[in-house]
Amino acid sequence: MNAMTDAVSSPVKPVSAAKTAMIPKTHLNLPNDRWKPLEIVFWLLPIAAYFAFPGYLVLISQIMIIGLFALSLDLILGYAGVVSLGHAAFFGLGAYTAGLLAVHGWGEPISGLLAAAVVAGIFGFIVSFLVVRGQDLTRLMVTLGICLMLHEAANKASWLTGGVDGLSGMMVGNLFGKFEFDLNGTVAFWYSFAVLFILFVVLRRLVKSPFGLSLIGIREGARRMPSLGVNVNRRLVAIFTVSATIAGVAGGLLAQTTQFVGLDSLGFPRSAELLIMLVLGGTGRLYGALIGAAVFMVAQDYISGLNPAYWQFYIGLLLVLIVLFARGGILGGLEKLAAGFKSKKEAA
Amino acid sequence: MLANFAGVLFDGIAYGSLLFLISVGLSVTMGMMNFINLAHGAFAMLGGYVSVTVLSALGVPFLASLPLAFIASALVGLVLERLLYRRLYKASHLDQVLFSIGLTFMSVAAATYFFGPTQQPVTLPEWLRGQVHVLGLDVGAYRVFLIGVVVLVTIALGLLIERTRFGAQIRASVDNQTASAGLGINVSLVFSLTFALGSGLAGLGGGLGIDVLGLDPSFPIKYMVYFLLVVAVGGAGTIKGPLVAALILGVFDVAGKYYVPEIGAFVIYALMVVLLILFPAGLIRRKA
Repeated sequence: MNAMTDAVSSPVKPVSAAKTAMIPKTHLNLPNDRWKPLEIVFWLLPIAAYFAFPGYLVLISQIMIIGLFALSLDLILGYAGVVSLGHAAFFGLGAYTAGLLAVHGWGEPISGLLAAAVVAGIFGFIVSFLVVRGQDLTRLMVTLGICLMLHEAANKASWLTGGVDGLSGMMVGNLFGKFEFDLNGTVAFWYSFAVLFILFVVLRRLVKSPFGLSLIGIREGARRMPSLGVNVNRRLVAIFTVSATIAGVAGGLLAQTTQFVGLDSLGFPRSAELLIMLVLGGTGRLYGALIGAAVFMVAQDYISGLNPAYWQFYIGLLLVLIVLFARGGILGGLEKLAAGFKSKKEAA
Repeated sequence: MLANFAGVLFDGIAYGSLLFLISVGLSVTMGMMNFINLAHGAFAMLGGYVSVTVLSALGVPFLASLPLAFIASALVGLVLERLLYRRLYKASHLDQVLFSIGLTFMSVAAATYFFGPTQQPVTLPEWLRGQVHVLGLDVGAYRVFLIGVVVLVTIALGLLIERTRFGAQIRASVDNQTASAGLGINVSLVFSLTFALGSGLAGLGGGLGIDVLGLDPSFPIKYMVYFLLVVAVGGAGTIKGPLVAALILGVFDVAGKYYVPEIGAFVIYALMVVLLILFPAGLIRRKA
């Protein structure tokens, strides 16, 4: 009975159904790697923002870093359909790795960032075997539990991590031995932008490859994928490891550019906020993660300046409204609008 | 050492039975509606605040405040189920998680707005304070009371589910909604009443637990893991599963914090990961 309902209901889960309806048919054809004009415009935006808002460079850098973090979640949630409530674990791990290296004399930023990626990636690889075992609820609990464990560990090991006070006293060296991280955040801005853009290009290629398509296949119907010769667990392990690595890079970036690592980088609220940004922007699109992070953080900067308690109420309300009325987030809504326009044109 | 161990065991059981009382409703909603409700702790918090408010503002006696906590949470649960939750029974787990995180955040903000961010004090009546002597052991009177209440509630719940017509309808709906609807059971009404019952029990647990768990606006997030843990480890959709899981977790948590305080909450998370790996479907599986 159970197996039957599952087999029948899994391909028509509301999310996937909504998604197939939203994505124009051409998207489901063979991967097309060509950059669209809109994408190029999108990547010019941060550069425009650099010149238009020179007073907000720190915020813009943080938006790009958190956007990178949201990208990492989009890989497993938006593409492979794996729900994680503890993605901050990898972010925090990367942040503490880069932070501790810088505190103990290894201030070179790029190798520090690589170290953060490697540590988070290895940990993600180990954790992924636990995650692929279970179903949604078990996955939620395992990811959440691992994140809480790390949080508790960082809290207790205050001799190493600074505990509740956070890790400070980082001596981050000059980028390429030449550019010093300044108070205005100019170097931090270009550094974050370059890392984000390079990784984005790689990930964009990844999700449009046959491997990326097989992830979508797993999301839409994991039971059918083995019949195409796909080893579902192995692919999930691979993408989870990649995702953890990217999250580690984001954490490392934040640590290096702010020269501080707080205990909250491992906390549950960070994982939850990450989910919110992603669904706000729209899952399974890569760009949704970046747009969601930007909208979320600008709103947070504005509203929590008024009152932090209200802020939490509004993100709660926003989440409820998105789930009830606006599945697909901002990009999903825009795509729906565009599709509506198109069909009207065709009708006329 | 031995008396010490017995004391820890007793406190663990008291703590575990409280966890069970709050989580049992979550187990039923998860098993029955297949709904991952992260906002369950918010109902417990509501019960706690109702209990504190009627105690201090209206001067209601402690024992009378508990049923009020139950009723308030059950009513709010019923309304929310009818208005919001039922729209998402067929939605993906991700949607349910997001929706209930949203509700949790809203409840935290609302509690901060109305009651302030501080811990709420509770004054227990004279006869529940201090120690009592049970079986050659000095234990907290309130802990004994707590275990007593939970035992009574569990027996009542067992009778309700195993012996009454409504209980049979719940069991039938958990097993197979379509067939139950075909037999003339109003499944949607059963869902609503069960959800209200589960929320009410959480509220009762919240009211009872102020002295043990504390009560402040971060309550639903702080204890969310524990409630989910009980259900995930115990197996959703049963009563026995969460009971066993809650007692195990309660005892291990108290023992961990008592014997190895340096690693504190670590014990329970490690235990959870191990249990979930060994029993991905929960300790006690529901008979289909």
